[in-house]
Parts: sequence; C-alpha cells; structure tokens
Amino acid sequence: MYKYDRFDQEIVDARVDEFRDQTRRRIAGELSEDQFKPLRLKNGLYLQLHAYMLRVAVPYGMMSGRQLRMLGHIARTYSRDYGHFTTRQNMQFHWIKLEQAPDILAELATVEMHAIQTSGESIRNISSDHFAGAAADEIADPRPWAELIRQWTTFHPEFSYFPRKFKIALTASDNDRVAALSHDIALKLVPGPDGEIGFCVHVGGGMGRTPFIAKLVRPYLPPQHLLSYIAAIMRVWNRYGRRDNIHKARIKILVHDLGAEEFTRQVEEEWQLMLPTEPPFPQAELDRIAVQFAPPPFETGLADTIDPAAAADPAFARWLTHNVHAHRQPGYAIVTVSLKPPGGIPGDITADQLELLADLAERYAFDELRSTHAQNVVLPHVRKADLHALWQALDAAGLATANVDLVSDIIVCPGLDYCSLANARSIPVAQKIADRFADYDRQKDLGELKIKISGCINACGHHHVGHIGILGVDRKGTENYQLLLGGSGAEDAALAKITGPGFDEDGVVDAVERTIERYRQLRTEGERFLDTYRRVGFEPFKEAIYG
Amino acid sequence: MDNLLRFRDDEPHEEPAVTLDAFLEQSDATAVRLEAGEDARLLIPHFGRLALVEVSFPRFRDGRGYSSARILREAGYTGELRAEGDVLVDQLLFMRRCGFDSFAPAQPLDLDVVKASLERYPNVYQTAADRSVPVWNLRHG
Ligand code: HEM
Ligand code: SF4
Repeated sequence: MYKYDRFDQEIVDARVDEFRDQTRRRIAGELSEDQFKPLRLKNGLYLQLHAYMLRVAVPYGMMSGRQLRMLGHIARTYSRDYGHFTTRQNMQFHWIKLEQAPDILAELATVEMHAIQTSGESIRNISSDHFAGAAADEIADPRPWAELIRQWTTFHPEFSYFPRKFKIALTASDNDRVAALSHDIALKLVPGPDGEIGFCVHVGGGMGRTPFIAKLVRPYLPPQHLLSYIAAIMRVWNRYGRRDNIHKARIKILVHDLGAEEFTRQVEEEWQLMLPTEPPFPQAELDRIAVQFAPPPFETGLADTIDPAAAADPAFARWLTHNVHAHRQPGYAIVTVSLKPPGGIPGDITADQLELLADLAERYAFDELRSTHAQNVVLPHVRKADLHALWQALDAAGLATANVDLVSDIIVCPGLDYCSLANARSIPVAQKIADRFADYDRQKDLGELKIKISGCINACGHHHVGHIGILGVDRKGTENYQLLLGGSGAEDAALAKITGPGFDEDGVVDAVERTIERYRQLRTEGERFLDTYRRVGFEPFKEAIYG
Repeated sequence: MDNLLRFRDDEPHEEPAVTLDAFLEQSDATAVRLEAGEDARLLIPHFGRLALVEVSFPRFRDGRGYSSARILREAGYTGELRAEGDVLVDQLLFMRRCGFDSFAPAQPLDLDVVKASLERYPNVYQTAADRSVPVWNLRHG
C-alpha cells in the first residue's frame, strides 16, 4: 500500500491549515457563502437537508486497518456512529458541523487521508478496480498508475475551475469492476503493438440527466504520455466546454456535440502543441510508487482447498458461493463483505463495524481493505484456511450477508431521506425489494441481477446502468418511480430503457417482481437476466409489466 | 487600478489594453484584453510587440483564463500577464502557477491573507508555468 513521504504529508497538512483559515473567514463573514461554497466543495463538504455532509477520499478504494479505525473514530465523534460508502469508493459522513470540519481533516491527515477534490468542479478522486493486485484477470497492477494520477491531479493549477466535476476511472482487466465507461475518462491498461503496456482511452461517459457511455478516443496511448494526454483532454474541455448551463457542462456533452471524431482531433492537436512543454513523469517516480504495491508476503505451498467439514455448514457455504472470489495466489481468496443486509441501508457501516473490519484486515488480510463502487468492502488477500474463522467473526457483527451481485445487492443513492435535490425516497424502495426477494433460494435461482436506484434525475444511484433501474420522479407532488431495463455498468456497458408510465412505491416493487417472473419464464439454462433481456428484447417484459 | 498587485520588477505598462479584435487590426497596439472565451493562441504571432495581456475573469468560477495563461507561457510569452475581474485570494496561488504575474482584482485583497495563501504550500505535484519544482523531481534529485 502507498505510504506518504514527507512531501505528501506536508501537502495534506497545508490543506488542513488552508481549510481552517477559509472556514474561519467564512464564520467571521469575510467570505460570502457564494465565495465559500466552491472552496468547501473542493474539500468534500456539502450542505444537505439536515446538516453538512463530509466526503472523505479513498484513493482507488484502498484502505488500511489504521485508516478504517480512524473512519470509525470520526463516525463516533463527529457524526452519528455511522458512515456511508459511495458509488465512487469514497466514504461520507452525515451530520457534520461546519466548525468541526477542520478538526476532522486534521484527524484524517494523521492517517494519510483527506477530502481533497471529493466534490466541486475539479478533478475528483480517481477510482479503480477493488480487486487490484489480487485478481487473476488483470494484465498489470493499476494502482501505481492510479497513485501517480492522484498526485498529479491534486491541486492542479490549470484544472481546478472546470465547467463541472471530472471523474477518472482506471481498470486493468477485461472485467470492468469500476463502471469505467460511466466516467469522464475511462483508462484501461492494454498491451500495445510492441507488447509494452499502455492505455486505451475512452472519454465522455456519465450519468445524470443525459447519460452517455464513454466513447473511444485512443485505442492505445504509450504509457509515458499518460499525463500529457489527459491534460490535453482536460484543456480542450476547460476551454470549450459549456459554462452557460450547468446541465450541459460535463465533458460528455462536449464530446457528444462535437462528435467523438472531431473531439479526438482537437485533443490530438492540443496534445501535439502541449507535448514539448509538458514533461513526462520521471520513470523513477513510477518505480518508487510501484514498489509500495509489491505483493504481500504470501505463504507458498498452502492447500488450495477449504475445509470440507466447515463447508458443510449451509450458511458458510452460501457465503463462499457469493462473497468469495478467485485469487491469483494459490491458497488465498478474495472476500467481499456485503454492506447490504436485509432491512439495512446499502453502503452504511457503523463505527463498531469499521473497527471490526480493521481488526479482521490486520489479522487475516495483510492489513488491506478496499471499498467497491457497489458500496461493499473487500478483504483482498485471505488464506483459504482462514475463511471459516473470518466468516464467523463477520457473521457475529451482521457483516456476512451472502448476496454479492444478487438481487438484494442494490446500489442506491440517499434519496429524499437525506438529499435536498431528491424527488423521491430511494432507500425504502431498496429495502422493500430486498425484503420481497429475501428468500435465499429465490435470490440464488435468479443469479446475477443488478438493481440500481436513484431518487432523482441526477442519477447518483446509477439507475441508467442497472440491469433493472429505478428512478424517483415527482408527479404532481407525489413520489413516483420509473422502471428501466437492460442497462449495464460493466465491460458490456449499456444504458437502460424506460419501460413506460411510473408507479408508486409498492407498485414499482410489484413491477420489479413481474419483470423478474417474466425473466424466469423466458430464460435458457444458466442465462443471466441481462442476457435474456438482450436476446428477447423489451416487448415481452413490457407486456408482463403493464399487462 | 488601485488594487493592482504585481509580481514583476519592471514598470507597469501604461498603454490601455484593447480588445482582441482591435489588437489584431491595429499593428501598433502593445496591450490586449482577452475575454474568457477568446483564443489565446491568436496572440502567438504578435509576442514581439506585446507587453501586457489582461485576461478577464468574469466570475471566479470561470476557469478558462487559467488555460489561456498556460498557453501563452508555453508559447514563450514573457511579458506581463494580468488576471482582471473576479479575482479572489483563494485562487491566487493557482493563477500564479499558471503564469499570471499581475492581478487587478475588482475588490481589494487583504495583503496578509495574500501572503499566507501564496506561501502556504511548501510543495507541488506538477510542473507548471512558475518556478516551483514538483516533488517528483525533488524525490529523485
Ligand atoms: C446526498 C447528497 C448528494 C447530492 C446533493 C448529490 C448531487 C449530485 C448531482 C447534482 C449530480 C449530477 C451531476 C451532474 O450531472 O453533473 C450527482 C451525480 C452523481 N452522484 Fe451525487 N449527490 C449526492 C450524494 C451522492 C451519493 C451518496 C453518491 C454515491 C452513493 C453519489 C454519487 C453520484 C454519482 C455516481 C453521480 C453520477 C456522476 C456522473 O454523472 O458521472 N452522490 N450527484
Ligand atoms: S440521485 Fe438525486 S436524490 Fe439521489 S442523491 Fe443524487 S441528487 Fe440526491
């Protein structure tokens, strides 16, 4: 895991000092709210329905036990005993007091954490594969590159007053686990013509009211040019992106308006102009970072099996089936801790649970944890021999729900319960769906099925890329829900299609059930919901939903 | 002009800045005002006679001027580069880093806060138009 050196620490400490000063000037009335707002947003501080919310950066989703313990401490001391993992691998705390925000940042800085550029019109915290360094299917470890990008994008002087926010995702596998193509820039590590590993670059993805899948801009970028090329993309957008209408300001709109071809031409032209003065990163720096992501000291010669006596326990066996994934090192496994228990709030985690996960990571997973864009937590390197003990400890804390990628593993935004922009509640809808399909055998029978719910058109809950998406709208002052089908946020990215007239809260749960029942009638052996939908099309489902 | 803040040793330029169109038409103009949406690259052929470029910031959140500044410095412009308009103390450091060396803020700035803001960060992560050495170079000598 990356460790700060003196320079990194000094920069984060200076940021705490700066924000303390800005907050002081705001409270003293020297800064207007209008002037303060972009400053606090660049530091992850949102004003919400009930209080402030602070979003803490978890760069590319990586955390240590010590950091998780600090998050638990912050939840307990400054919030209400819980935190919330977001769809971009970050952690949010509600109920924050403005005057305490500088103290929270100071505490975070002691464990090499910050809230820099977690909101506002700046380059956001980069996201990456939560299985990085453990997955068998990655072509190279994306994390050194992600850290390089983190540093270079931190306080970038040219790109801190963009038309709108800007999000980068990086993957290194054919299996996209970060919803890369829904980002402003999607980078994928790929082999080039001469076998060297560089980047495939897509630009202009996004959710919101006009969703787009990112478009291919460069099939192969030699690695040494990574930063200058990103800079060229950002400069074209910074200069020509729309600033007259907040809803048309994202880079996806520029790419769409110009067309991918013309956009690419402009980027390439800008890049050629910038190349002579934009120095490449020093290879020694990439090497210095890469060393810190060396594999942990795995034991060799471990049995690559799980104790059959333990696996005879059906509850443990279920968890093995859904929450444990193949690791590249024989004798080890990757574990996903589901934050989607029945009746819970997806992504929420209590201070006690954070501390327990910190202990378990230290004991069983080389002190590493990851947050996922599906709002779960991963222990990336667990000895197979330890799985049963780990499961028992998780189970005792309500953290062993066996439902990863199943119908109850729902992504959901805060909705009307917390969010001032919401049209409808979203958390209760997720809870009702999870409750409707609570029966394990029913969930298992349905297989991979990704439901995503947003409480308004801003699409924080990714409904556009749900296999089944739900969007809360306002219909003449009452909460109403539209149903969408056929989206995907993975490597086969696609936007979901609205089925037709909306429903009330119970109505949409019924409509989801009718959709799923139709799938069961239509599917072939082993076929996922999404594949059935793609094979048979929209009509059979529409008929089932509306009769 | 009372609020003018300069980080240059030469005397302030006296001639008033003209619009980009006027500058490109009048072959003797030496100072130009660039609006946020205007293309800084149009000035590149004229650096020889250019002593002052004033880049307008209509709203502090409009970040186009940062790219204008970078483009001019990348192309070798060494004259005065002035940020004018909604220029606030919390943006000053990034403006300096992008190559601005003079500021004409609409509202006066508190000079103590200016000093603290410009000196707060001991290190930077990127090469830009200023002389700061990025930590990547400091780390590797
Ligand atoms: C509760 C307070 C929140 C507010 C006020 C809020 C506001 C917004 C707004 C206005 C947008 C649209 C941005 C655009 O179209 O450019 C947006 C997008 C988004 N938000 Fe939130 N959000 C909140 C919480 C969250 C949470 C908790 C998550 C994660 C679970 C989240 C994840 C996202 C994502 C992934 C997008 C889509 C970004 C894209 O278009 O690429 N937001 N949010
Ligand atoms: S989708 Fe809408 S309701 Fe949900 S968090 Fe985002 S802005 Fe709020």
